[in-house]
Amino acid sequence: MTDPATTPLNALAEPEITRPPRSQWRDVWDQFKHHKGALLGGGFLLFITLSVLFGDLIWQLDPKKLDIRAKDMRPIYTAIWDSGAKVGWNHPLGTDQLGRDQLAQILAGGRTSMAVGWAAMLLTMLIGTTIGVAAGYFKRLEGPLMRLTDLFLSLPILPLMLVAVTLFRQPLRANFGPEGGMFILIVCVIGVTSWMQTARIVRGEVMAIKEREFVLAARASGTKSRGIILRHLLPNVLSPIMVSATLGLATAIITESALSFLGVGFPSDYPTWGKMLADAVDRMQEFPERVMLPGVAISLTVLAVNYLGDGLRDALDPRIRGR
Amino acid sequence: MLTYTIRRLVLSVPTLLFIALVIFMLLQLAPGDPMAQVPLTVPPEVKAKMREALGLGQPAYIQFWKWLVQMFWIEPQVFIDYLTQRSFLFSWLPDTHFYTACGPEVQGACDLRVISWQTRSPVMDIVVQRLPQTLWVVGMAYVVGVLIALPIGIYSAYRQYSVFDQAGTFITMIGFSIPPFFTGPLLIVLFSVKLGWLPFIYDTTHVVNSWESFVYQIKQMIMPVMVLALQTTAQISRFMRASMLDNLNQDYVRTARAKGLGEAVVVMVHVLRNSMIPVVTVIALLVPGIFGGAIITEVIFSVNGIGQLLITALFANDLPMVMTLTFIFAFLIVLFNLIADVLYGILDPRVRYD
Repeated sequence: MTDPATTPLNALAEPEITRPPRSQWRDVWDQFKHHKGALLGGGFLLFITLSVLFGDLIWQLDPKKLDIRAKDMRPIYTAIWDSGAKVGWNHPLGTDQLGRDQLAQILAGGRTSMAVGWAAMLLTMLIGTTIGVAAGYFKRLEGPLMRLTDLFLSLPILPLMLVAVTLFRQPLRANFGPEGGMFILIVCVIGVTSWMQTARIVRGEVMAIKEREFVLAARASGTKSRGIILRHLLPNVLSPIMVSATLGLATAIITESALSFLGVGFPSDYPTWGKMLADAVDRMQEFPERVMLPGVAISLTVLAVNYLGDGLRDALDPRIRGR
Repeated sequence: MLTYTIRRLVLSVPTLLFIALVIFMLLQLAPGDPMAQVPLTVPPEVKAKMREALGLGQPAYIQFWKWLVQMFWIEPQVFIDYLTQRSFLFSWLPDTHFYTACGPEVQGACDLRVISWQTRSPVMDIVVQRLPQTLWVVGMAYVVGVLIALPIGIYSAYRQYSVFDQAGTFITMIGFSIPPFFTGPLLIVLFSVKLGWLPFIYDTTHVVNSWESFVYQIKQMIMPVMVLALQTTAQISRFMRASMLDNLNQDYVRTARAKGLGEAVVVMVHVLRNSMIPVVTVIALLVPGIFGGAIITEVIFSVNGIGQLLITALFANDLPMVMTLTFIFAFLIVLFNLIADVLYGILDPRVRYD
């Protein structure tokens, strides 16, 4: 039982502000934390990225160094069931038929695959966002740009990629060196052929947002189109862009590996995950781990990115947030 | 609806022409030389003659026009001739002779078809030889994938957040993430090498004429079909689940239940029929994609379909073959996009295009 006289006083009292107003990104992070798959995926992606970036500082073997005496070594765990297997701690994941260390190759290959994935994803987002914003904001550009998007959507992507990569390999190699030329070519080909979904999503969002009052207010106060796009529209379409960026990263990694697998990717002495997998398929009866290791690396990375995207989509959607 | 279909059909002509032009320009810009394999002892003037014989001497627009004529005027003539002369269905019609092949004894007008630089035989003949293998594997994979995906999608939506739903979502995620060039070798190691149950090379010369040969045919199709079907299942079951979830909370479902209809009737008749509308269009839209995916699967399992044909033609710098095959892929995409849009209009009475 409380004293009835004190109650109105409490109600009248200034409500004490206990915590500062929360920012949007803090809300997003709180929602994101609840998605276990996304947390795991994000953590794994971070782990893979860090290990391919800095792994060669710890494991300092040269991935291209041939050591014929130590060829065809099995991974160290083979010793558990096969005591006669050729294993050794100096090559924990074994060596290939030329004696190149598998762990060093996985690290080097991962670096290429992730670099291609990130660069292609950034290029895709750049093209997609530019076209999407231009089509959504400027009425005059909408028709032609959307027709262009439709046309690109009806192009046969994988055959065209194969054509482009096979046919333009030589001149780019001559100009930028075998690895650099191939990197530029693959990133450009993936970027040019996969921006369409992003452009459509961004256009839809921009068209909805540009009719809102705050954009009208900005325009009334004399903001130029450039300012409206950069300061008001882009921050508001950031969440769909981030979600489609994760999808783009996953697709880019898979596409690069697929091209390498089909034999039109990087030069043969340059390890990437897809290339290692393709090279190992011939002898996979004797050495299944050479297929498994790069394959598992690709699949886990893509799975992690997909889960991350799933979590981001939930966290960035204000209708779901807080549930 | 009919006017819409006709309008889309007419509009798809410039689209296809534009795509053909893009492919052609890409091939024109490419620096690859079809004469690279010719020995250096061949004198340059002979080389120039050979180049001309391949049709390379002319300017690009004439080459493109000739390809168009060959593809859309001469090849249909050959096809009609084939239908009336030798095909099983139409050979009762009077024989036609639209197409005259060029030869030493032919006087007057004669035509050339699109010729492959590799084999010096008409491209379309090779494509027709290769197509059945691709269609069998790809078509079967698609049917299997859809048949697996639909029940999974329906049940996971009906029991949302149940163990089955979560397992289904996880498997879908895996289907999205594991690329076919990894599942393929994985299945080969498991079922061909370790267990020895299935052959890992697709034998296209195999003739089905007895029960044993039929069983062998099934056995050699299982792995490529499963690899392709995994991708399809992942995508379609996701769509099916989302579409069922949209419909399960609608008012008409409550009405149906309130009328006293059984749960099976409510879900399998009322909800399912409405949820199938978007799913059917997605099924049509995904068909061209699986042809692209078939390229990798055909390489893994040595199915000599059109995907493998494209890869070998690319490595051999056989530009007419590459051009025609890529155009066929583009044609499939445009066709199935059209089918999807028209189907959507037919199935959903709320959609009006006119």
